[in-house]
Amino acid sequence: MKFNVKVWRQSGPNAKGGFKQYAVDGILPEMSLLEMLDVLNEQLTKQGEEPVAFDSDCREGICGTCGLVVDGMAHGSRLKCTTCELRMRHFVDGGTVTIEPFRAKSFPVIKDLVVDRGAFDRIMAAGGYVSVNAGSAPDANAVLVPKDIAEKAMDSAACIGCGACVAACPNASASLFVSAKITQFSLLPQGQAERERRALRMVGQMDQEGFGNCSNHAECEAACPKGISISNIATMRREYMRAARLHEERAEAGGGG
Amino acid sequence: MIKVAEESILNANIPDGPIESKWKTHKANIKLVSPANKRKYTVIVVGTGLAGGAAAASLGELGYNVLNFCIQDTPRRAHSVAAQGGINAAKNYQNDGDSVWRLFYDTVKGGDFRAREANVYRLAELSTNIIDQCAAQGVPFAREYGGTLANRSFGGAQVSRTFYARGQTGQQLLLGCYSSLMRQVDAGRVKLFTRREMLDLVLVDGAARGIVCRNLVTGAVESYAADAVLLATGGYSTVFFLSTNAVNCNVTAAWRCHKKGALFANPCYTQIHPTCIPLAGESQSKLTLMSESLRNDGRVWVPKKKGDTRPASEIPEGERDYFLERIYPAFGNLVPRDIASRAAKRMCDTGYGVGGTGYSVYLDFGDAIQRLGRDVVRDRYGNLFDMYHEITGESPYEMPMRIYPAPHYTMGGLWVDYNLMSNIPGLHVLGEANFSDHGANRLGASALMQGLADGYFVIPYTLGHYLAGSDVLKNKVTTDHPAFKASVAAVNEQTKRLVGARGKRTVRDFHWQLGRIMWDHVGMARNEKGLEGAIRDIRALREEFWRDVNVGGSDGDFNKNLEFAGRVADFMEQGELMALDALHRKESCGGHFREEFQTPEGEARRDDQNFCYVGAWQWSGNASEPVLHKEDLEFDYVHLAQRSYK
Repeated sequence: MKFNVKVWRQSGPNAKGGFKQYAVDGILPEMSLLEMLDVLNEQLTKQGEEPVAFDSDCREGICGTCGLVVDGMAHGSRLKCTTCELRMRHFVDGGTVTIEPFRAKSFPVIKDLVVDRGAFDRIMAAGGYVSVNAGSAPDANAVLVPKDIAEKAMDSAACIGCGACVAACPNASASLFVSAKITQFSLLPQGQAERERRALRMVGQMDQEGFGNCSNHAECEAACPKGISISNIATMRREYMRAARLHEERAEAGGGG
Repeated sequence: MIKVAEESILNANIPDGPIESKWKTHKANIKLVSPANKRKYTVIVVGTGLAGGAAAASLGELGYNVLNFCIQDTPRRAHSVAAQGGINAAKNYQNDGDSVWRLFYDTVKGGDFRAREANVYRLAELSTNIIDQCAAQGVPFAREYGGTLANRSFGGAQVSRTFYARGQTGQQLLLGCYSSLMRQVDAGRVKLFTRREMLDLVLVDGAARGIVCRNLVTGAVESYAADAVLLATGGYSTVFFLSTNAVNCNVTAAWRCHKKGALFANPCYTQIHPTCIPLAGESQSKLTLMSESLRNDGRVWVPKKKGDTRPASEIPEGERDYFLERIYPAFGNLVPRDIASRAAKRMCDTGYGVGGTGYSVYLDFGDAIQRLGRDVVRDRYGNLFDMYHEITGESPYEMPMRIYPAPHYTMGGLWVDYNLMSNIPGLHVLGEANFSDHGANRLGASALMQGLADGYFVIPYTLGHYLAGSDVLKNKVTTDHPAFKASVAAVNEQTKRLVGARGKRTVRDFHWQLGRIMWDHVGMARNEKGLEGAIRDIRALREEFWRDVNVGGSDGDFNKNLEFAGRVADFMEQGELMALDALHRKESCGGHFREEFQTPEGEARRDDQNFCYVGAWQWSGNASEPVLHKEDLEFDYVHLAQRSYK
């Protein structure tokens, strides 16, 4: 197969970027999109041109490192699929493939297709955890978790933190990412002690990072490679309101927040 | 020519007493750092996978000042994330006869009697605490209806002791670990340095006192000083180019420590995983693993007739050879990884393989679907089936999967003592990066266990012991020390050489060729002639690499080619050490299979008279002339015996 690859090139965070077009040939249908980019980069290196910078690691859809907008869609048009899992057999031989970075104010471009998703780490640091020091845990079976609750928590926990939800959202909202973590812990008995504090702090950090708000477009759910449901966002809103109300009540009672 | 040290410098520091109480006694006797003093110590942790992340989080919880480095853009992407199947723990929740003793026994035997008994016993002991810890972190493990934890039996075990979270156990454990780590970042006790690659270990007065790394975004070479350095940088399977590892996995941090004096133990112990998706073409960048939990319900077979090209569905039951069930009736499809891998290779080498290349075997779920129903099978393996379907375009619900072994895990690594300290004072090595617990072969669901045991429950004790017994507080060093300047100069010198070579062949091209040599001659089966040829080929390739590599770009920028070039340069040396180790070990054990040393049935034949030792190699300044130090292994509890899974 051969393709005309239209790629976003940008030499640094403050440089002006633009599309460049390259022809690649000899692509096999079973190759992934990233392997096609590998072929292009080999070609560019041999020609003395700088290869296209992009992030990838596990190349099996679990680490969340890769993330490209392919033909206008985060991770391409295949449902529940990361960029590294996207196979070339789904593209039209001889056609043009357009590749861009995940675009959002809160994900500044580092170079070409590489973006800085550090905002996600900062949101996680603001409460995406259960405070339990190593060594202080009770026997694992001492706290029972009904099977359906464990399964639901797992559905939310499956998030790989790739940021496709942000890239797909017209508001560049991080709501799906944040809500998946809040939902996981709000369901589990282990997450109860810090439930309110977590919701308030994580949402607060999300706002501080400059992500937009959710206005129910549901583009995030469609782009999510792990099928995280938008219902997580509804849970997050309930959790936030509940936490804010409890916080107020406690302040009124003089107990501090 | 192999040089053997006249006197081994190795002392494993195994505590006295019966094996059941060694760790308990040791914990009671080791030195402590008082709570008020902990913040005065700075500890560098390199790596944020299960071992590194757990260590950084736990040391932060204790109050140490931790600097944590990773090459990824966030700690949550470390390659532990990709482990699918599960994690072992001797909880005996299933009432099926499991115990710490049995997990210990299985691990020593599974490792083919080449692991250190005392370490393995401690690992089995700590396994139960890990599950408690992870459950408390909110890891959504699989549960029964009553709310208790579910288990499955896994890769070569006769009890159900494996805990799991669908097919994403590694991801969920890592996210639990990452959340604890981020809590410490929030508390200000851990400082994160992402997109940093460690390129040198800095020694002051013979002790590990810092690192030099490259900022992968700006290209800046940065120095960090500390009172101890913990290395948790994973394994070296990408020496084969194609492996189940992530493309950025590498041996560089460990290798640079080796070149600073840390001994590299048992480099030839590499594990080939039996259930991977077969190779499709030369442009492939990695091989994808399918969890071996698939072997619980999937049946492995090939046609009874050589070169049978009929589709699987047209081959009647009577004409199928379920070779694992036939050869190993007691364990069937659940034999350990090395045994299953070699059996598949033998079938393909002798002409029974299937698929376009003839290098794959079937893994069939037809029976399981009939017995359990499609829904139950989907429940257990749905995400794995989807993954397979997405890659190959074939549905395992409709036709058998095709699988073939691929390099997966490396049991060898930097030598450490019982305290996880290398022979360099202050340099501790955790997880896959060390050599200690798996011997010559790792059992399924044991890697996650070891990484977390090292990070959560071993190093918090043993690091304090080292620090309290050292004089590092009195001799604080800063990055102004000449040792840092010398390391930075050496790193810059190498970068200049790589960028300046301006040759014709790309880094990938060299890595691919090295990988071919390694896979063909230092892979699943090895022999003297092949190894000698490989050593010659690696030397020639290494020489060509430095002469003709084409890196391109600049050193003051984000430059993937440059990152990979440094890693491949190290693999060009480490690959030779693997071959030398494999050549010197004139026996077969676990993942190290020498064709000259096998039983009449084609199984590994150990030579306990001559090779019951850890082979730890010292850098001599020349990659072709390492010096061997031996640590003799004693088996006081599990008696040396030929492994049999029949």
